[in-house]
Amino acid sequence: MSEDRPLLEARGVTRILQDAVPVTLVRDISLAVGQREFVSVTGPSGSGKSSLLYLLGLLDLPTEGQVLVEGADMTGLEPDALAAIRLRKIGFVFQFHFLLPEFSVLQNVVLPMRRLGALGEKQMAERGRALLRELDIEDQAKKHPDQLSGGQRQRVAIARALANDPALILADEPTGNLDSTNSEIVQDIFSRLVRDEGRTVIAVTHEPGFADATKRNIHLVDGRIERDVRR
Amino acid sequence: MFWQVVLAIAAAQLTYRRRQTVVSTLGVALGVGFFIATSSVMSGSERDLIQRLVDNAPHITMKDEYRTAAKQPVFLTFPKAAIELTNTKPREYLRGIKNYGAIVDEVSQQSGVIAEAALTGQAIIRYASKDVGASIAGIDPDKERYLTTVEEDMLYGSLMRLRTASQGIVIGRGMSVRLGLGMEDLATVVSPTGLMRRMKIVGIFSTGNLLLDEGQVYMLLKDAQVLLEKPFIANRIRVRIADPDRAEDFASGMESRWGYRSESWQEVNRDFLGLFIIRNVITYSIVGAIMVVASFGIFNIISTIVMEKRRDIAILMSMGFRAFDIQAIFLVQGLVVGLIGMLLGWGIALALLQMLASVEITIPGMAEKQHIMLDRGFLQFVLGGFFSVLSAVGAAWYPARKAAQVRPVDIIRGAA
Repeated sequence: MSEDRPLLEARGVTRILQDAVPVTLVRDISLAVGQREFVSVTGPSGSGKSSLLYLLGLLDLPTEGQVLVEGADMTGLEPDALAAIRLRKIGFVFQFHFLLPEFSVLQNVVLPMRRLGALGEKQMAERGRALLRELDIEDQAKKHPDQLSGGQRQRVAIARALANDPALILADEPTGNLDSTNSEIVQDIFSRLVRDEGRTVIAVTHEPGFADATKRNIHLVDGRIERDVRR
Repeated sequence: MFWQVVLAIAAAQLTYRRRQTVVSTLGVALGVGFFIATSSVMSGSERDLIQRLVDNAPHITMKDEYRTAAKQPVFLTFPKAAIELTNTKPREYLRGIKNYGAIVDEVSQQSGVIAEAALTGQAIIRYASKDVGASIAGIDPDKERYLTTVEEDMLYGSLMRLRTASQGIVIGRGMSVRLGLGMEDLATVVSPTGLMRRMKIVGIFSTGNLLLDEGQVYMLLKDAQVLLEKPFIANRIRVRIADPDRAEDFASGMESRWGYRSESWQEVNRDFLGLFIIRNVITYSIVGAIMVVASFGIFNIISTIVMEKRRDIAILMSMGFRAFDIQAIFLVQGLVVGLIGMLLGWGIALALLQMLASVEITIPGMAEKQHIMLDRGFLQFVLGGFFSVLSAVGAAWYPARKAAQVRPVDIIRGAA
């Protein structure tokens, strides 16, 4: 992929919720995010940070404007096609871990690989363990999510987001539920994913410390980009 | 690979709510069990009764009458003309099947067909100054034993003795009790024309049918012809064919060949056969209702799981699962409940059938204890299984669709 083609691009993206009173979540957002970028999205609550993230992650569809992944316009694609792109190219981390309680830690991590079906059973387990090792929780592999601490669960969720080796990680308040120690661990993990593995991370956060650690900060107010700063 | 994921998630969610899963599976199992047991009792008794209808009487009876009144020649000559003919008097003719020997010979030539000429009529049996009205059947013992089950129902003596004894008759047990007639006794048989003959009891039968046991008398055809003063006349041709299901065709073939009214056992018992249809409708609606109730159980558990698992559904979708995958997960749950319910239901059905088979019923007037007739057909099991799986998947359909329509953003936004 050439350097001049951004990994992710938004062109004039507007999302309006059609309620009794229509609510504009984000308005006329244009931005481009390249490879190896670590971007934080900040702003007061209700400024549309999370909504923007869902639009960029193809979970939600814009009312107007386009989202492009690796230069390809996603407008008008079938839901199944969008799901296939999410499966291969995008990993989500949410404020809550959203691990499936019926499955062990390792099985949770392997789930997206199973859906993709590119690897054999043994290879999937190996890759799952490797991811857990990378995040320093391999010893928890056999446990169930409810036996883990909050920080550990969030690391499992990150491992799951990395399962199919996506170029893009989208995180929605990933440290919102964590204490400062665990917050730092998660921050470090994201930094490492960008620096060592060349992935792109876009993280919505309301913690100034987290935002300061990123190379680029996008600040939203009332659904519009107020600042887009690179450091 | 894909189905592995779907199965793994479906199985995990079902086992997570173990008690509800077990209850709804048992619901299906009971539905299947009772479906099979009920339909095998119903179908068994139907088959038993039809078997009796088929065996107890000739498959086809040709009578010395015509289905419709004879037309006047003028109507035959001008079939389309508007003719009114009044004060016509139908021609009197000698009752009886003309040339019955030839008909019997011709019908008998077909393979598996047994035909017998018979003469029936009324008479009075008198003994010890008591009178009982009776239906006389003049028959051929060699053929009669294939046509009906009388020979098997003999208490004493035999139909075959009619041939050796001169002036012998075979009567039913009811008549023998009423008149105090025993074997080898001489009864007086009085014909409608006043002819009296002394005839010897050479056999007593008991069919269990009151009408036959009290009122039917068998004798040789030639004895009946003499008694009823109808020499060389038969008024019935009784036929048994190899495949009773073909009786209707066979009867209409005979009727169009010779013109005499020929009734198949189906025609005679049409009211019975109609009753079976109504009975089956009732049976299957009730049994179907059981299945519907069972499928509500499945609907309930899968709806509950879908409601509870909205977050998991959302996360699976954000991970890249398609709407179809989600739907498949919940349909598979319904399918699994249906299949396990089917297997358990087969077990329950086998146990129920075992129990039903051991039940003995005493029917008043019947000497022997009766067993419930069961049709342990493969078909019942297949049908029961089919309906259980169908209702289970059907019940899972709506909640599964609901699950597939979950919009992940709504859930994740709500949870955050």
